[in-house]
Amino acid sequence: MFAACADPASLEGLTWLACYLTTGKHMAIYWSVGTVLLLLAITAPVALAFGFGGAVMARSHIPPVAWIGRGYIAVVRGVPDIAFFLFFVIALDQAFEYVRHRIKCPDWTDPVRQGNDFLVCPAAKLPLSTAPEWVHETYGFLVAVLTFSIVFGAFAANVLYGAMRAVPHAQIETAEAYGMTRRQTFRRILVPQMWVYALPGLSNLWMVLVKATPLLFLLGVEDIVYWARELGGTKTPQFTDYPHGDWRMWYFLALLVFYLGVTKVSEIGLERLMRRLSHGQATTGGELLRKEVTQ
Amino acid sequence: MKLILSTATAALIAGGALAQDVVRMGTEGAYPPYNYIDDDGEVAGFERELGDELCARAELTCEWVTNDWDSIIPNLVSGNYDTIIAGMSITDERDEVIDFTQDYYPPTESAYVAASEDVDVTSGVVSAQTATIQAGHVAESGASLLEYATPDETVAAVRSGEADAVFADYDYLLPIVEASGGELMFVGDRVPLGGGVGMGLRESDTDLREAMDAAISSMKEDGTLNELLVKWFGDQVATY
Repeated sequence: MFAACADPASLEGLTWLACYLTTGKHMAIYWSVGTVLLLLAITAPVALAFGFGGAVMARSHIPPVAWIGRGYIAVVRGVPDIAFFLFFVIALDQAFEYVRHRIKCPDWTDPVRQGNDFLVCPAAKLPLSTAPEWVHETYGFLVAVLTFSIVFGAFAANVLYGAMRAVPHAQIETAEAYGMTRRQTFRRILVPQMWVYALPGLSNLWMVLVKATPLLFLLGVEDIVYWARELGGTKTPQFTDYPHGDWRMWYFLALLVFYLGVTKVSEIGLERLMRRLSHGQATTGGELLRKEVTQ
Repeated sequence: MKLILSTATAALIAGGALAQDVVRMGTEGAYPPYNYIDDDGEVAGFERELGDELCARAELTCEWVTNDWDSIIPNLVSGNYDTIIAGMSITDERDEVIDFTQDYYPPTESAYVAASEDVDVTSGVVSAQTATIQAGHVAESGASLLEYATPDETVAAVRSGEADAVFADYDYLLPIVEASGGELMFVGDRVPLGGGVGMGLRESDTDLREAMDAAISSMKEDGTLNELLVKWFGDQVATY
């Protein structure tokens, strides 16, 4: 990186550290911080959408729809994350490839399943085996986002389902007395009021999601915990210009600071959101806000 | 259109011996000197040089990807990459799930490393990496097995005192013992394990296996493989 770093063996103190922290390998961990934040930024809204869909389906008056919604919540919540990540992602990937295989290679005669192998025609591969590396990485990342969203969506669905039932019944009755249809009641009365009940549960989910990112490496996406373990491990002089002992403690300490930072920022954000949502609500929080204004 | 498409597919299959021209090489990146991540963040080591040479000889474009050891076989089978080149010993159990090329490293010896001379490796606590032949050996040896996900952690366990000894490939432990300045030492006898190290492939990828096999044979014949082995593992290494 710097010209002074050409001969690491002669460096000492801060210069050594500066050179050490700017090796290509360390650049990878800085990138992975971005990857993790991007994953969180995309996954959170998508998971919320899954959750909303799941909750609405579970409340449905049409039995098959309600069964799907409740089945989704029960199954995904019940399966351990790690099993889900190892099994489901591979199954999902194969499902995509199978559909593409049926569409793109109708004349293919070999069986798709051969023993342990899953074989589709080359044109149905996802991504194509000729695609450059970044396409593979992006694809892996998107599959990770989808899996995280499905898993956390199920938990969010349960939270939202409960929140929808927590909205005071008198509100719904009043809406109906005003002549609103079910749809209107849902959109104008239920949904705006449920968030305040859902937020504590959702904020917990957000925190769990933040900490769940190490599961990414199971999917081949290199996250910060992977890099911290890799960089912090003992390095012998034969294989690096910057040999050092077991520094995992320092790397994990840096991770601790990072995660605590994310937690703190989230708490501030969620607190503000809660205040906003409590305005005019028939809850203790809403009542406090009303008093603040009137006094 | 349908006709053109299917003709194109047929041409594609018939045209090249290999359907793919980019081969993704899966490795662990945590097992020097076999494979590790260098200071620039690139995969390096014996297998990197070997793999690049094999791809050059087989006229393939290769890309390197790293994957956790735990899920390295499932991800191969499901097609996330096309080969495993990660110091993986050829064993019957693995051969049932995937295929191997011929070995590019003769059957390896594993060794115990401890922090003191007087450790009994058949009754103490011995660390090994999960899902390796070494872990299997320790489990049968009478010692208590302590498993870790990465090779580095197995050695760290000995340094921290959680394990009495670590059992791993001799070639992996040698640089660590040398660099430890007397803190760590080899104890007990070396144990020959496994049927040599080979490249793992999906059972259905016979074309790729043949291409790689031929490339390994040619490297064995002209002595370049031996040169690579000596370069990375020292003069003591078994050669072909």
